Amino acid sequence: MMDFALSSEQLDLRAGLTAVFADHSTPARVRAAEPLGFDPALWAVLGGFGFPHLAGSRDGTPARLADLAVAAQDAGACLASAPLVETLVATRLLDRLGLAAGDDLVTFSPRPAMAGVARTVPWAAVADRVIAWDGHSGGRDGDPDSSRSGAQDGRWHDGVGGRIVIAGPGHDVERPKQTLAALAIGHADLTGATVLAEGPSAATAFAEARADWQILTAATLAGIAAAGLDLGVQYAKTRHQFGQPIGAFQALAHQLADAAALVDGAQLLVQEAAWAADTGNPRRHGLAAMAAAFAGRAARQATDRSLHAHGGYGYTLEYDIQLYFRRAKALSLLSGGESAAVDAVVALALADTDSDTGRR
Amino acid sequence: MDFELSAAQLRFRDEVRQFLAGLPPQTSAAVHDTGTLHSWDVHRAMAGRGWLKAAWPVEQGGQGRDPFEMATLNEEFARAGIPIEGWLIAELVAKTLQIVGTPQQRHEVIPAILGGEILLCLGYSEPDSGSDVAAARTRATRDGDDWVIDGQKMFTTMAHEASYVFLLARTNPDVPKHRGLTMFLVPLDADGVQVRPVHTLGGERTNATFYDRVRVPDSARVGEVDGGWDVMMVALAFERQPAAAGHLLHLLGRAVHWARTAGPDGPAPIERPEVRACLARAYTDLEVSRLMGYRMTWLTSRDVLPHTEGSLAKLFSSEALMRAAASLMDVVGADGLLAGHGTGAPADGWIEHEFRHSVVTTIYAGTSEIQRGIIAERHLGLPRATARRAGS
Repeated sequence: MMDFALSSEQLDLRAGLTAVFADHSTPARVRAAEPLGFDPALWAVLGGFGFPHLAGSRDGTPARLADLAVAAQDAGACLASAPLVETLVATRLLDRLGLAAGDDLVTFSPRPAMAGVARTVPWAAVADRVIAWDGHSGGRDGDPDSSRSGAQDGRWHDGVGGRIVIAGPGHDVERPKQTLAALAIGHADLTGATVLAEGPSAATAFAEARADWQILTAATLAGIAAAGLDLGVQYAKTRHQFGQPIGAFQALAHQLADAAALVDGAQLLVQEAAWAADTGNPRRHGLAAMAAAFAGRAARQATDRSLHAHGGYGYTLEYDIQLYFRRAKALSLLSGGESAAVDAVVALALADTDSDTGRR
Repeated sequence: MDFELSAAQLRFRDEVRQFLAGLPPQTSAAVHDTGTLHSWDVHRAMAGRGWLKAAWPVEQGGQGRDPFEMATLNEEFARAGIPIEGWLIAELVAKTLQIVGTPQQRHEVIPAILGGEILLCLGYSEPDSGSDVAAARTRATRDGDDWVIDGQKMFTTMAHEASYVFLLARTNPDVPKHRGLTMFLVPLDADGVQVRPVHTLGGERTNATFYDRVRVPDSARVGEVDGGWDVMMVALAFERQPAAAGHLLHLLGRAVHWARTAGPDGPAPIERPEVRACLARAYTDLEVSRLMGYRMTWLTSRDVLPHTEGSLAKLFSSEALMRAAASLMDVVGADGLLAGHGTGAPADGWIEHEFRHSVVTTIYAGTSEIQRGIIAERHLGLPRATARRAGS
């Protein structure tokens, strides 16, 4: 039976995190953590809250992805300078592989390694270890995602040799000098990395982790979109021109209303995709790709229109909207944008059509 | 949270699917080609299965179907491209009469609607009042126990098939515009009523209706004198999920079939990256549109009236439908201009058809601008839009 209400656990989690972030992820703290984007004190507080191990079975029953999505959305809304999503994904993946999770900071590369290097990995610059898909001996460009048929059933059919590896500590990580938006980006050299899993079961496990990452990143983007939009709305209520608040001008208000519909849609898609992941629904991979693409679209549009509503002040670094504008684009780029979702979404469209018209 | 229909709801959906699969294969095209988005054959078959009163309580002769079952019924008819607009309009008036109608209206009109004997049409818009519907100028004047109606209504879709028009009339011109309106149930065969066809870009026939000294008894009045706006609010609350999501579902079903079928001059269109990108984006928009619609259904199932949720759904899904139809035309290419059903046009003409038809979904039932205004004020809390005063 369909139910769009958050559970009491989710509401409790939200209340707890809202209080934590109000104290430990203020705009001043977010700015202070730039340009790297990592706030060790915030990360310690989140550790005390149970992150990221509540995603695994080490400390009890693992949290559901739907609950983790609530956390990611709240973290996105306040631009938390902490590797929440990637450590949660890594924890779930280690759990899935039956491996024990330690106390070091393990990040996750959402894109496969190229020529033995996992490039542009979020949080690699501060992580102890990096988990990546290394398809070095098979597949086009070593990318399990590049084969059209590959993503259709959520497995990586990239030929022989694809494997999940973990690098570090002590592995070479190159830190780019500058990035669009924090995220402690690094390029991790996987030479000599430890193989965690290989073969078909590894491909399946990694595909599930990729979907987890897409959903939690989509949740983060939905949070960025909602909070970024709210900045523009609040500004439009208080900024007066021509003798009235600028939010009373339809030319501006209607752009914010369009963005509101995208934000709303992104939140709904994230919730559905997380539910699909938790229940093992066969649509989960398509929905995860949809959620990442759509939430990226929503976050870019909402922060862009919100920045525009600020007028010239939106262009200054003094106002917080630029923090949201930069992260909306950066996270969209990490997920590969809308084009990265095409094959998984088309596969879902075909599968749905077959099952709804009885062709299967 | 849960995003799955219950077993009982799925059983009903399958029952509807079986019914639709049993219709003659050209039913969808044939009904559309008449220009009247209503088929009496389908309507009577639905009546035979009790579906016209499926949402009514069992003790009133209905089937007691829940809002999700009714939503899936709508969705399956939409998927199959079988228009049921005649029923949807009539049912919404029946539900309104159930709440605000007189005992006579409830006992005479509602059973005729639910039995599949009669249709109704909505008489809200006028030549000079569309979005500003409360500015209606059609007059109803007291004359003894009767009312005399003079004026004109626009977009009275189904008037040429309907028995009554649910008509918004001005009964008091001396009070603020929302406070001087009254609703009536006017028989379309009354003396002085004239129905003239209006043909549309989407191929659908609608009507202009004219009222020249039309005399109706006071028993034709629905709700209080000058209380017409309140009655309208009840009727508007019964409008179900935005139709655009259903049209998008139908369009994408046809488009997917087209994309997978190899053409005379090459491989299946789905091999082309621009076709895949177009389908993926439209299919994502469809998923969002359906979620927004099902959230409205969920609110209804909890006896909560969807307010801004309805505007968000209507705005998003209608704009998404227009976008999808236009971009599908682009990827079809020059053959996309070929039209008609059964004529060899791509996707049997449905992409070209929806390109023309989709336009109206951003206009009727509250334009996109009206929805954006509602979202801006009630969802975002922005100040009410005001006209700039001259010189300020």
